[in-house]
Amino acid sequence: MSERPAGNGKSFEPRIVAFFCSWCTYTAADLAGIARLAYAPNARIIRIMCSGRMDPQFVLATFRQGADGVLIGGCHPGDCHYQEGNYKALRRYLLLKRLLRDLGIEEERLRLVWISASEGDLVQKVVNEFTETIRQLGPLRLAPQPRRTHLPAPAQPEPQPAVWEGGLP
Amino acid sequence: MSKPKVAFYWCASCGGCEEAIVDLAEEILQVVEAVEITFWPVAMDFKREDVERLADGELAAAFINGAIRTSEQAEMAHLLRAKARFVIAFGSCSHTGGIPGLANLFDREEILRYVYEEAPAVHNPQRVRPQERIEVDEGLLTLPAFDETVYTMDQIVEVDYYLPGCPPPVGLIRGALQALLEGRLPPKGSVLAPDVALCAECPRKHTKPERLALKSLKRPHEVLIDPQTCLLAQGVICLGSATRSGCGAACIQGNMPCTGCLGPTSRVLDGGAKALSAVASLLDATKEAEIERILESIPDPVGLFYRYSLPASLIHRRAGNGRHIQEGRTR
Repeated sequence: MSERPAGNGKSFEPRIVAFFCSWCTYTAADLAGIARLAYAPNARIIRIMCSGRMDPQFVLATFRQGADGVLIGGCHPGDCHYQEGNYKALRRYLLLKRLLRDLGIEEERLRLVWISASEGDLVQKVVNEFTETIRQLGPLRLAPQPRRTHLPAPAQPEPQPAVWEGGLP
Repeated sequence: MSKPKVAFYWCASCGGCEEAIVDLAEEILQVVEAVEITFWPVAMDFKREDVERLADGELAAAFINGAIRTSEQAEMAHLLRAKARFVIAFGSCSHTGGIPGLANLFDREEILRYVYEEAPAVHNPQRVRPQERIEVDEGLLTLPAFDETVYTMDQIVEVDYYLPGCPPPVGLIRGALQALLEGRLPPKGSVLAPDVALCAECPRKHTKPERLALKSLKRPHEVLIDPQTCLLAQGVICLGSATRSGCGAACIQGNMPCTGCLGPTSRVLDGGAKALSAVASLLDATKEAEIERILESIPDPVGLFYRYSLPASLIHRRAGNGRHIQEGRTR
């Protein structure tokens, strides 16, 4: 995942992280594999238990760590294994897209799709389409994050400074 | 036995943090009795040389408020870091970037162009801008450099402790001073505030329904807020659930929603994203069009969720290659 020719766009290979719900979309991706459906190798798939587990922090952290696009897959409305996780995912997704836009990140870099366990062909189609969308957009260029300079808490308590002998009366 | 020396300094801030120290009221006299204030340019006549003259580590503690944007602020932060055994990032701006940190939505050039050329009250036909150096008959004049980005204190110098809040609540300041004076210090890097959400100490928490389901969101000026009921239950976005406690729910007591100045608890990676997640999950809508209609009530999500924390967030500043945020925002 390290080589990354960017710039002219010709040799740019999008890095995509796909978070797929265990019950529907991930099973569909399995099905696509069993059916030997070839699709773009750009997406690294991470299985989550429900699209409702998809914390907006994960999306931002994924972009921060070098992804050019984030794809979220969940069950169709009404089909959530946990009743309403996918509705929560949809609400967070719509609000997060507004936030991304204002942060200068193209909304198209984040996509939420509903793919049921039987729709292996849809996984193929969506991943191919999304990869192409990101290819057109080019690499995501975030300003580098300044490092935090404080050190983690020391393993052993530091010696107490001797000068503090006073105390509030 | 000489008294421990402390310094107070401000960087990119409004002065409210200095006010918070004065808000210690009579207790400030006890502080002055216990410590020697060696540097506090806002309140007393000290010069930079007074700090430079100190030996390294001679200051017991430096309380620095404000974010860092100019070369002068960074220099002072480095100077105080060298002279102080403890650096305490004081207030939201120092801790997470604060209101000045929202400038990270714009480039340096956009800011300078607007302020010196395009703002309605500006008349500057020659497009004069401040220069970092200029030769005049009397010699060379210099100004601090204005950085591309606003930084939190810990992105510039090593910070030992954080006192959060805009400004830090008096109770937290008092607690931090006592802990310092008595040497009861938590692990380095700690935020000197309780590590639970504000809802835990909210006087209205018993009115929060078991399940919140909001058909619409209201901004504080659009609704007559009931002074007893949970603000979220009234459809007003209150960030208390995603914010540290420690302020005694001061804003809530003033019948205004929490805006998140104390920052998130230690378990949170990105406070804004977490607050966004919490608010979105409360909406009572399942159709995209209906959700979008409700979200129209959030015209500025960055300003709402990252009001005090954009420089400390995962994205940190506006991305380079995105389409410009809504045209006209800077105009």
